[in-house]
Amino acid sequence: MFRKILSPFARLFEFHARTHYRTERHSMALTLGIIVAAGVGGFVEIAPLFTIDETVEAAPDMRLYTPLEQAGRDIYIREGCYACHSQMIRTLQDEVDRYGPYSLAVESQYDHPMLWGSKRTGPDLARLGNKYSDDWHVRHLVDPRAVVPESVMPQYAFLLDTTLETESLPDRLAALRVVGVPYSDEQIANADVDARGQARPDTDAADGVSERYGDTTGIRQFDGQRDRVTEMDALVAYLQILGGLTDAAFENQPLGED
Amino acid sequence: MMERLTGAERQIALMICVVMATVGLVMAAAGRGDPMGSHGAIVLIAAGITTFFVLRAIGEPEPAEDRTVNYYDDPTKAGLVIALFWAVVGMGMGVWVAAQLAWPDLRFDAAWSSFGRIRPVHTSGVIFGFGGNALIATSYHVMQRTSRARLAGHVSPWFVLLGFNLFCIVAASGYLMGVTQSKEYAEPEWYADIWLVIVWVVYFVLYIRTLARRNEPHIYVANWYYMAFILVVAILHIVNNLAVPASLTGAKSYSAFAGVQDAMTQWWYGHNAVAFFLTAGFLGMLYYFLPKRAERPIYSYRLSILSFWGIVFFYIWAGSHHLHYTALPQWVQTLGMTFSVMLLVPSWASAGNALMTLNGAWHKVRDDATLRFMMVAAVFYGLSTFEGSFMAVRAVNSLSHYTDWTVGHVHAGAMGWVALITFGSIYSVVPLLWKRETMYSWKLVEWHFWLALAGTVIYVFAMWNSGIIQGLMWRTYTESGTLAYSFTDTLVAMHPYYVARACGGALFLTGAILAAYNVYMTIRHAPEKRPERDYPTSSEATEPPVPAAE
Repeated sequence: MFRKILSPFARLFEFHARTHYRTERHSMALTLGIIVAAGVGGFVEIAPLFTIDETVEAAPDMRLYTPLEQAGRDIYIREGCYACHSQMIRTLQDEVDRYGPYSLAVESQYDHPMLWGSKRTGPDLARLGNKYSDDWHVRHLVDPRAVVPESVMPQYAFLLDTTLETESLPDRLAALRVVGVPYSDEQIANADVDARGQARPDTDAADGVSERYGDTTGIRQFDGQRDRVTEMDALVAYLQILGGLTDAAFENQPLGED
Repeated sequence: MMERLTGAERQIALMICVVMATVGLVMAAAGRGDPMGSHGAIVLIAAGITTFFVLRAIGEPEPAEDRTVNYYDDPTKAGLVIALFWAVVGMGMGVWVAAQLAWPDLRFDAAWSSFGRIRPVHTSGVIFGFGGNALIATSYHVMQRTSRARLAGHVSPWFVLLGFNLFCIVAASGYLMGVTQSKEYAEPEWYADIWLVIVWVVYFVLYIRTLARRNEPHIYVANWYYMAFILVVAILHIVNNLAVPASLTGAKSYSAFAGVQDAMTQWWYGHNAVAFFLTAGFLGMLYYFLPKRAERPIYSYRLSILSFWGIVFFYIWAGSHHLHYTALPQWVQTLGMTFSVMLLVPSWASAGNALMTLNGAWHKVRDDATLRFMMVAAVFYGLSTFEGSFMAVRAVNSLSHYTDWTVGHVHAGAMGWVALITFGSIYSVVPLLWKRETMYSWKLVEWHFWLALAGTVIYVFAMWNSGIIQGLMWRTYTESGTLAYSFTDTLVAMHPYYVARACGGALFLTGAILAAYNVYMTIRHAPEKRPERDYPTSSEATEPPVPAAE
């Protein structure tokens, strides 16, 4: 009985070994075999993610990053923040209790690349936006241990002294449009001005930002400095929008559900 | 080094150097004010140094002897020395980043010295710098011996080796300047990625052409693994790095993928970088150097076939186990978990095959630290693949993910398996290549073995403890139904383990420094001895290239 169950496997193994014995005399046969064997899994798992509609939920209120927020995101990437902070709340009770509603695929729909992370040396940041004041973020980034004595985070005081480079933002937004983020021509053309406008309330440039990105866009001096727009402005603007691109997660998991 | 090249080959080398210098100049000019400009300068300097060596040899007399009667080992030798250099740099960086987590102020008042920027220098330094160079160097050695044929070409092996190192230098210097795509283990930006594709294509062509010259009807197991390493790494690298640069004169680019598709692509790449860079290539090393050193044939040919195709087919599916409970559709998570568990069969088949090969040679394992390196590497391979399958189970992953347990698991594999098999291979091949009687000091090899083992065990135990404790603290509730610990509470609990981890890493680093010193002294001072038979022979020769079963 046992032998009967196993015999097809034994025959398959025998056939496989014989085939291999012939294959290993021909380098190109081996090459093809490796490519085919290694190609199947990736194709089956990745290709459907682009074609199955349910993979990413619909969220009509989904908004884009403003140029200042995108510049902040680029700084977040540059400094390697993703090595210690995840942006992906898993569907586990303790994570929802600690960080907020679990993350939906649509929330990172326009994230090229995604920053879900793989390690939490520091806490998850997926819903960090509006949890703390701008001033808290600036102090914390300048000297983390002045705010949280137990923290092991590096200091980023230099962001406060570095003027934000904005001339390349139209190119950056244009590249993002090529890969699928629906920025308009107008948004791309004004990216440079809009980035500075968002950190300078009550100016003409600031009005342009609310016109192009909506009235609810946060327009303020993120770093508390009036005279110039720094990398700190950009990073804090980005941190304050985390989790705030769409309300889909809150609608999908209303508070007090349990 | 260049004396063994003919006049025509020296001219080709010179032309490549000139093209590279031009590329460097264009990059430096076009990318002024951007990190790309600094990278252009680095390319220009690298091309300049290579040009100097080529020009110095260009008027020298050409090699008169028939080159095909010997193996071509110069690139192998250079590759091994460079690998040891990267080992010390990469592991040194590792100890530094580990220490920063225990003592966060252990840094300079400069942007480049923060954890986020130097951590990829550590990971790329050890994976690509140390591991990659060791793989390229040993693959040159192994393919020649198992094919009984000289390398097919004299310029291309140098092009691959030096080109790959240029990629490593551009990558590491880029991270310090903040140039990164943020894709873990695929951080270098678009121009470095394109360059690596060129290098890799040349590497594959060189491999296939050398195999075509072989004096053996069959291709040896080790070469299957090296070929899987070259081919699949190429596929992974090209797909995961698809990106659109913001400008052709700047480093910044944006990934072609976003969100959930990007996450899946990234971890399909990330997990298979482990499979095909850190496993397949090193299994190639294991399958050649272990039987060679033990002077025993591989235990089972059938088992090698089963494990080879099992690893090539199953591993690719496993990447989605990095994304359990995330926004990735559940069906993909389940597929990833299932294949990760099945992967245990071919993994243990390999580890078992290696250990069974030692039957009849266990007294050598006791006496010879070099063979012991390889034996312990096979044991760690078995342990960490078991742990990997275990952690891929969804329920286990809910605890282990995002914690130091993952870090501990990776290091059990990277230190216990990858580094130990590499050091074992280096110790067995260095005396042969430099025609020495033996290593300069066997005592230092013994010291290195125990330092490396102690370092690995301390590291892994520290990370198991911190990971499991942190995972449990995160999910502990009080009686009134609120979370018991704040995030900072868990961070405080990690401190002693972070100190222990830095110490374990320091022990491992000390071992690597001893290895570099020992190899240097072997090259300079060990007594000379010509190996008895280490040249291409026809297939009728009585001595098989590796010990064969009757």
